[in-house]
Amino acid sequence: MSEANGNTGRVPVEKTYKLFVKGEFIRSESGRSLPVPDAVTGGVTNVARASRKDVRDAVIATKAGHHSWAGKTAYLRGQVLYRLAEVMEGRRGELVEARKGAGASAANAAREVDASIDRVIHYAGWPDKISLLVSSLNPVAGPHYNVSHPEPTGVVAVVAPDGDAPALLGLVSTVLPVIVSGNGALVLAPESDPRTAVVWSECLATSDLPGGVVNMLTGLRSELVSQVARHMEVQALDVWKSTTVDDALAKEAAVLGADNVKRVKVRDGRGKTFDQWASDDAQGLHCIEPFLELKTVWHPVGL
Amino acid sequence: MATDITKKTHETKLAPRRERAGWTYAPSPEAKDHVRLKGRYDLFIDGKFVAPHSGKHFATHNPADESHIADVAEGDEHDVDTAVRAARKAFEGTWGKMRGSERGKYVYRIARRIQERARELAIVESVDGGKPIKESRDVDLPLAAAHFFHYAGWADKLDYAFAGRRARPLGVAGQIIPWNFPLLMAAWKIAPAIACGNTVVLKPAETTPLTALLLAEIIQECDLPPGVVNIVTGAGKTGGALVDHAGVDKIAFTGSTDVGKRIQRAIAGTNKRLTLELGGKAANIVFADAPIDQAVDGIVNGIYFNQGHVCCAGSRLLVEESIHDVVVRKLSRRIEQLRVGDPLDKNTDVGAINSKMQLEKIHELVAAAVSEGCAIHQSSAKIPTKGYFFAPTFFTGVSQSHRIAQEEVFGPVLSVITFRTPDEAVEKANNTMYGLSAGIWTDKAAKVFWMAKRMRAGVVWANTFNKFDPTSPFGGYKESGFGREGGRAGLAPYLEMV
Repeated sequence: MSEANGNTGRVPVEKTYKLFVKGEFIRSESGRSLPVPDAVTGGVTNVARASRKDVRDAVIATKAGHHSWAGKTAYLRGQVLYRLAEVMEGRRGELVEARKGAGASAANAAREVDASIDRVIHYAGWPDKISLLVSSLNPVAGPHYNVSHPEPTGVVAVVAPDGDAPALLGLVSTVLPVIVSGNGALVLAPESDPRTAVVWSECLATSDLPGGVVNMLTGLRSELVSQVARHMEVQALDVWKSTTVDDALAKEAAVLGADNVKRVKVRDGRGKTFDQWASDDAQGLHCIEPFLELKTVWHPVGL
Repeated sequence: MATDITKKTHETKLAPRRERAGWTYAPSPEAKDHVRLKGRYDLFIDGKFVAPHSGKHFATHNPADESHIADVAEGDEHDVDTAVRAARKAFEGTWGKMRGSERGKYVYRIARRIQERARELAIVESVDGGKPIKESRDVDLPLAAAHFFHYAGWADKLDYAFAGRRARPLGVAGQIIPWNFPLLMAAWKIAPAIACGNTVVLKPAETTPLTALLLAEIIQECDLPPGVVNIVTGAGKTGGALVDHAGVDKIAFTGSTDVGKRIQRAIAGTNKRLTLELGGKAANIVFADAPIDQAVDGIVNGIYFNQGHVCCAGSRLLVEESIHDVVVRKLSRRIEQLRVGDPLDKNTDVGAINSKMQLEKIHELVAAAVSEGCAIHQSSAKIPTKGYFFAPTFFTGVSQSHRIAQEEVFGPVLSVITFRTPDEAVEKANNTMYGLSAGIWTDKAAKVFWMAKRMRAGVVWANTFNKFDPTSPFGGYKESGFGREGGRAGLAPYLEMV
């Protein structure tokens, strides 16, 4: 709800905040939206309110994105993620404004965007190192060549940190460790700041990341979490407890996840400080490993 | 009150069988006069054998002749609670604080004593579970000892295992194991857990508790601090009490996918860690360019090893269409040569089905396959009149939607399915909710790697099948579970990284 610029008389163009699915920005098939207050203008913008059908479409997109992405070389995945950091640096101002719109101070928003870009750079270096650290040539007691190496789990649903958590840093800290190894991520954006999630999705869309690798759904966790948790083509759940995901909802997700033996990781983001989110402990191989599968291949050795 | 299990005679039940080719085999029974089992076993808690709270015991039978072997305690919630408390006390009092190098020495002792008593343990494993003595002697026992030996050596090296992180034990692990590899599964569970500094409460399978109880005796002889390893026998209810106990930090389960899902639901919302090693419906894929005779041997080993009571069994044979007929012909001939019968006979290839219940399940799925129109091929082996046996069987004309191709039979029954292109083989191999293992047979190395990469399975055997080693991680993708057992990866489920 921006005002017309009094000096030039030009009316600014407003952004429509859409879902990000299969590399495209789309409205919810339900036609529903959610009003989100803007702390800077004092006005209200509408973001799409995803439906169950949107979740189903997003799962299909994530699966295709995962297959395409996992098929790229680790070197290429690293370069694409580095490119994401470049794009974020270029859109730094927009990301800062988005965070301010959700109530962050100018200084905190700038600090958060810096930390987020640096975190993307950290993960850009990971794709070609995971296997070096996790693989092994196993010295079995017999004439066999035996190797173990990691592979991505597949379709991972991320219920991103919400509430007090820094929205952009929370997204980057949870989505990047999922996708570095070749997984596809279906992300439920924070309700506290869906606009930043959409602006970040625009960075993803222009970073050479194949469509569908990351799919961002804005909407209400109370209706979306159970939908992703029960979907049989989702292989893993990364659930962050927050103002919008209480103990009961997190437990419900874990119970539903058992229907197809999902890898369910439930963590508590409540009360975590910015410094904790930004610390070196909140990134790295231990964040990547929950969404890896280890494959072991045997072959006889002999003439 | 010793029960002499040597009373069973081979001659009466298993007359030498005339093979189609004219060969006959004289019985070659394993001597078992040195095995002495007690008539009754209590629970092993806090370093002592104690009577169950309920006062109840249940019988364990020999599936090869349905005879009674011994009575085993039925642990209830109260017993599980006593065991968990003993484990907690041991974790906090001694084991969790002990230097890794000292802990390791205890675990080495267990490995050594298993080796010393290997023959006795192998016989009891075959008597209680029905598996052929040549398998318990040559596979289960050496691997069980090796598993303890491997993890013993990790105890003082845990900080090397995970780059940049320091490792701490979790506390008390509740472990529930199946009946197909009773002692080996106990080793897979106990060895990494205690080497990492945890204490355990183990619930063996209802039909095969004996070797775990002999292991309890060994652990007692090894002088481990009381409470480090507790063994509570019983049925599903006992396992449920262990899963639900608030004092348990981690659950490790090997068994059916159905029970695995129930456990996963039961611990949702708690801080308990979980690893699941569940069912499978592995594809064993044979390409036209494979060495056919070796592949046929691999198929036989893949499905008839341990009566097919193997979660990673190669129960779906995917064979390239052009060699279907020759493979089926060779397979038909090969299953005629398998000797079915007394598990304690050293020449037996296929022993007894573990329980009446399991035998009924196999009959049910085989009947379903026949009624769905699949063509049955079955060995003409003479089946002993007493005990639970099932002749090696395979089906042709199987399509992917048949129950026999989708459900885990857990018996000596194979489904043969054809394919034309490698892509079709990949598609069919992965077309199941399971993802534990896969087999690939081809002479082309590049094809091996192309296929291995596309298998959604935790273990891929190329030009071999059903190989296991303590250094080699084992575990599934998809609904075959999560977490790995074996090697460095097998430490992670028992450690917290700080």
